[in-house]
Amino acid sequence: MKKPVIMIDGNEATASVAHRLNEVIAIYPITPSSNMGEFADEWSAKGKKNLWGTIPLVVEMQSEGGAAGAVHGALQTGALTTTFTASQGLLLMIPNMYKIAGELTSTVFHVAARSIAAHALSIYGDHQDVMAVRQTGWALLSSGSVQEAHDFAAIAQMSTLKSRVPFLHFFDGFRTSHEVNKIYQITDEDLRSLVDDELIRAHRARGLNPNTPVLRGSAQNPDVYFQMREAVNKYYAATPAITQEAMDKFAKVTGRHYNLFDYYGHPEAERVVVAMGSGGETVEETVKYLAAKGEKVGAVRVRLYRPFPVEHFLKALPKSVKSIAALDRTKEPGASGEPLYLDVVNALVEGQRSNIKVIGGRYGLSSKEFTPAMVKAVLDEMSKPEPKNHFTVGIHDDVSHTSLEVDPSFQIEDEGTVSCVFFGLGSDGTVGANKNSIKIIGEETDNFAQGYFYYDSKKSGTVTMSHLRFGPKPIRAPYLIELNQANFVACHQFTFLERVNMLKYAKTGATFLLNSLYGPDEVWEQLPVEVQKDIIEKKLKFFVINGYDVAEKTGMGGRMNTIMQTAFFAISGILPREAAIAEIKHAIEKSYGKRGEAVVRKNFEAVDSTLENLYEVKVPAEITSKMTRRQPVPSEAPKFVREVLGEIIGANGDTIPVSAFPVDGTFPTGTTQWEKRNIALEIPVWDENICIQCGKCVMVCPHAVIRHKVYDEKLLADASESFKHMPSKFKEFSQGYAYTVQVAPEDCTGCTLCVEICPVKDKTQVGRKAINMEPQPPLREQEAKNWDFFMQIPDLDRKLINPSTIKNSQLLRPLFEFSGACAGCGETPYVKLVSQLFGDRAVIANATGCSSIYGGNLPTTPWAVDSKGRGPAWSNSLFEDNAEFGLGMRLTIDKQVEYARELLTGFEKELGREFVSALLNAEQSDDAGIEAQRERVAELKEKLGRSSDARARDLIGLADNLVKKSVWIIGGDGWAYDIGYGGLDHVMASGRNVNILVLDTEVYSNTGGQASKATPRAAVAKFAMGGKGLPKKDLGLIAMSYGYVYVARVAMGANDQQTLRAMLEAESYDGPSLIIAYSPCIAHGYDMARSLDQAKLAVQSGHWPMYRYDPRLAGQGQNPLIIESKEPSIPISQYAYNETRYKMLTQLDEARAEELMREAQQDAKSRWTLYQQMAAMHYNGDKKE
Amino acid sequence: MPDLSTTYLGLKLKNPLVASASPLSKKVERARKLEEAGIAAIVMYSLFEEQIIHESLELDHFLNRGSESYAEAMSYLPDGGLYGISPEKYLNQVAGLKKAVNIPVIGSLNGVSKGGWTSYARKIEEAGADALELNMYYIATDMDITSGDIEDTQVELVAEVKSAIKIPLAVKISPFVTSLPNFARRLAEAGADGLVLFNRFYQPDFDLDELEIVHSLDLSTSADLRLPLRWISILHGKVNADLALTSGVHTHKDVLKAMMAGAKVAMTASNLLHNGEQAIGPILNELEEWMKEREYESIGQMQGSMSQTSVKEPAAFERANYMKVLGSYRDLP
Repeated sequence: MKKPVIMIDGNEATASVAHRLNEVIAIYPITPSSNMGEFADEWSAKGKKNLWGTIPLVVEMQSEGGAAGAVHGALQTGALTTTFTASQGLLLMIPNMYKIAGELTSTVFHVAARSIAAHALSIYGDHQDVMAVRQTGWALLSSGSVQEAHDFAAIAQMSTLKSRVPFLHFFDGFRTSHEVNKIYQITDEDLRSLVDDELIRAHRARGLNPNTPVLRGSAQNPDVYFQMREAVNKYYAATPAITQEAMDKFAKVTGRHYNLFDYYGHPEAERVVVAMGSGGETVEETVKYLAAKGEKVGAVRVRLYRPFPVEHFLKALPKSVKSIAALDRTKEPGASGEPLYLDVVNALVEGQRSNIKVIGGRYGLSSKEFTPAMVKAVLDEMSKPEPKNHFTVGIHDDVSHTSLEVDPSFQIEDEGTVSCVFFGLGSDGTVGANKNSIKIIGEETDNFAQGYFYYDSKKSGTVTMSHLRFGPKPIRAPYLIELNQANFVACHQFTFLERVNMLKYAKTGATFLLNSLYGPDEVWEQLPVEVQKDIIEKKLKFFVINGYDVAEKTGMGGRMNTIMQTAFFAISGILPREAAIAEIKHAIEKSYGKRGEAVVRKNFEAVDSTLENLYEVKVPAEITSKMTRRQPVPSEAPKFVREVLGEIIGANGDTIPVSAFPVDGTFPTGTTQWEKRNIALEIPVWDENICIQCGKCVMVCPHAVIRHKVYDEKLLADASESFKHMPSKFKEFSQGYAYTVQVAPEDCTGCTLCVEICPVKDKTQVGRKAINMEPQPPLREQEAKNWDFFMQIPDLDRKLINPSTIKNSQLLRPLFEFSGACAGCGETPYVKLVSQLFGDRAVIANATGCSSIYGGNLPTTPWAVDSKGRGPAWSNSLFEDNAEFGLGMRLTIDKQVEYARELLTGFEKELGREFVSALLNAEQSDDAGIEAQRERVAELKEKLGRSSDARARDLIGLADNLVKKSVWIIGGDGWAYDIGYGGLDHVMASGRNVNILVLDTEVYSNTGGQASKATPRAAVAKFAMGGKGLPKKDLGLIAMSYGYVYVARVAMGANDQQTLRAMLEAESYDGPSLIIAYSPCIAHGYDMARSLDQAKLAVQSGHWPMYRYDPRLAGQGQNPLIIESKEPSIPISQYAYNETRYKMLTQLDEARAEELMREAQQDAKSRWTLYQQMAAMHYNGDKKE
Repeated sequence: MPDLSTTYLGLKLKNPLVASASPLSKKVERARKLEEAGIAAIVMYSLFEEQIIHESLELDHFLNRGSESYAEAMSYLPDGGLYGISPEKYLNQVAGLKKAVNIPVIGSLNGVSKGGWTSYARKIEEAGADALELNMYYIATDMDITSGDIEDTQVELVAEVKSAIKIPLAVKISPFVTSLPNFARRLAEAGADGLVLFNRFYQPDFDLDELEIVHSLDLSTSADLRLPLRWISILHGKVNADLALTSGVHTHKDVLKAMMAGAKVAMTASNLLHNGEQAIGPILNELEEWMKEREYESIGQMQGSMSQTSVKEPAAFERANYMKVLGSYRDLP
């Protein structure tokens, strides 16, 4: 019988086994493991049963710590239980992992191994997380490919049931978790013959049961704890043999044989590399290649890393071995070596084979490429008389000089393998199409196939890269397609040519497919010099397709997926054209059939018309272009931006040496201004003839690309003719002042929110406003110059601005600009407002999530500085601890203020009582007061500067604290409602002066829209595919219950003035403040340009009541709660059914949708009634009813 | 006891009062109540192909939005092929209504594509509808399209749908046709078994505060009866199709007028939307009372009795403006 083959990624391969072998699955989203939880949730939602015919119960927890606790409980009561996690999530599970192991409990956790946040967060893969749990008593089983992830998921389950030692099955995050590869599927029948039901019954029987009561989890004392810790030893001793036995049984059933350590290479190898994970795959392939050429080299792939079976390891080594290099995909600063290295050293010592020379090295941190050339470099190093120990490979370490030289020309790709690289825009569907294509190639032809996908760090306007390989031999190359290796390069967006060097991947004679607005006869002249040169010199076959036109005519919009996929198959000839088209259409029906006939039809039409619009270009012999590729950042950018950030933008980050970087993760702010992304097709254009200068467009802009200024009209003398202006209508700044609204054309994302919010309608043509969208390209150059001119106009002095009105507040310079957030992001306008109002004295603690990504992901970051160099100081600690992190900042400031004041009073004599008193009692409730205090502090420093007194020097260092600082704790609902809620609660309870801004998108936006406790009833989200059945948690109500927490619930789109007022009040309140901000998100499923209207409907329907709760009012005998929205005047459904997340439920289960909507309506009513009653209470104790 | 029964599209109806296409048919329970209250047939709410297409493309758009763009979020909404857009909901409702009531259920369809009209018509037939009403309208805004072009397209469409189904076919038309009799005859010749006069449309209004267009559909009043009344009177006996009057049917008098003009049925929706199914009983009772008082034996007796061909002064239906007519005169021998 032919074995079933499928094309899937590592996460699906793993989850497909885990879902079939478990009863309870506790999940929590964390990249790159989230998809495993999503698959499990989806399958259970669809009614997919496990091996024993029952649907696994999937439950989302509030954190990984919570998931581990729930898993522990489920295991203790006898269920087959699993979870999926990575990185920080695994760290949060450590306490429970000790318990689970200590109690000898059978379970498997599946981990997509990922970096740990240290100097910076990284979502990418290495073994730092796994290595952080190697001491917990869990068995660690490492898989290195998609097939292995599938297989080891089963082997781990078999082994844990038999050994009673819990297993952590891990594979490399992204590299394996997200690689699509052709694998042989383990069928249900296979699984049935692999898993012993008696062992499951035994596991169940060990569960807590009041009919046979036992106690587990006692507290012990010095007399016995130690002995019991040792009592488990025999189980660990037995585990390797049990695992090998499972592997052997697995081999009998599936034909795929693994060992605890697998040796590959020359039988008389002298140099052997030891590695695990996907790196082991690269090592294996490389040594096989070299051994075939006669080199005495070998590889040991580590499968079972804990318990580390020394004997098996020694057995795996050929007797001929003289030296070993142990490669660790982790870093333990300060250790005498990385863990695998130490284990190898120890094994050789214990096995009395110390004659073998061992070196250790690090590779592949955060998914850093690990290629055959790097393996070769390691092997070459081993041949040296004095090889480097504790080396690194894959980077250029010019500081500690640990790195090995790598010769990139060493490549081992099989001649028969076809490699293809595709460049697309995130939104154009390129990745989806390529996943589809490689699936077709893998499943519909005899070819083996592999797909891997790479994204940049922005959330909108992302450049994606797809690396596809296929050929007659299995594809075992867990690294990107290398330079000069691609047989096919496709560029799905013409504008990339001016900034991305994509033809460096093409080999001589390769094919280049370009999506081009220009036809075969015109395109050549539109190519930059570098592109023309590569096409000529590499003798590329060059094809163009006007995919934009085909997409437009077939209703595909900006989606190039189907079109470019069709063109790829048509040119590449992998399948006969007719067969390829049939397969593409079949895939379209399969992928989109459920979405409706219209979707299938438009895709079919796109397929058909692609072929009619595909042309080969006759390549001229000469380079004729005058255009050159653009520099990533302008030459006037600061050195660090040019030499480091610019290189990252230009996709050369891998080549930057260690010395170029800060040692402690500290970066300059205000760097997004140098990264001009030009992603908007249309930008707003100001009409100064009808503008009323309200500033609303400035306030709503998520990317701070539209700004207004009032300035001395004399400055216009230097303005160009195209620079627009009008007389200022500001009361405070009228005579002699000019006014301009200016757009940053190259930073705009084209979201149109500014147009939507503009309240002005042209009286002669009501469709026109004071801001209107127009095509960007013809305006780009002119408006870029105008933007530069606008930016050098001085900002008004903050002292003169009363920020309590929208128009005035928007004169304050945004110190958060041009972030990589989605176009139309509903969070960033709030963040930007904080930066405007308080940014020059703000310290910000930012929870991990969207806001930490668009706020802090390299290459460039949006937090900026004002003309005086002041701006928000920002940091991200973790996801779960942000409130505490922010509180810590507050505590420092409070302490240092106190100390500074203490020191200051000691200098009364020298400084004068009056001056000291002025510093101590400064009124700092507004910018004028703060500025005056800044001047005093400057004077203080000046005066003390002459003193050599140690206390004076301390005071100089602390004096800045005498100027009021503003502590902001910012994060999303996943943090505030779920994982960080305990800390948030404690910080609010502390009474300290912190300002907490919750950007409530009602889902975990950053990881792709999983439900949180902020998700409203009746909405569909990941992990709530059948619609959330319970209401949104009322965080504001909980906070109000303290009585001393300032609470505001705001929706900028519904009432910007209320938002502004709440921000100012919250910051002015000397205690904890909580602002819960309605934040439209693409995960809601509607056009973000409509988010202002939608916010209004959310408020009008009672879904989002707006209020402010100011404890100060209670002190004045007034009710602190002021409700600022009216009684719900429209049904919840009128708001909800504008959003796909609600509508989807009607498409799944109309009756449930109706029922949940009815309940959601009741929620709104009850909430409103409760608030009304609270707001009606009187707080004047003397007053009698 | 006068006989209230009538036939429409070959369907035997117990009386001439039919619920026209409206949201009332969205709930099986509501339809059952209409039947209990005495309604003779139900025209279902329309299956709008355009809406299905829109919802389908919309779902596709938002499921794709932001997907495969960012390493941490491969998508932003769950999918898994669980959520779907199709005419199933409508077709299930046809089947559900057929099961729940004993009166005829007439499907209603508004298509946009040629293939859509015929394929959905077939599906509605398969779902068990007793007849199909095509909800045809076209707001012509293109200066290059002539009235002839539009009529040709619609006539062609009727012929195509007719050939695709076996159940009777009615066509609901707009009053905005230059020569309605000719168009009506062409539709009948193309295969329409019935013509429903007239479709009512949302008319845009202006919000002077916001300077925006607002859409609303006002419920009809008895005054709205006049327009279809005139045209049914004119068409009666001249086209080979059953005529149905819709718009402005609120009282038994409205029903009587419709019948006398020549309609086989009088369709009502506004009244039911406003007053609920309780409005049906009184209309039918008063209709019966009126007939008893005037000693009418059957509805059939009065159908067309005041049509253009039956009245003394056929020109009354042709006048568009008030003319001061002092008296009639005639040539006497």
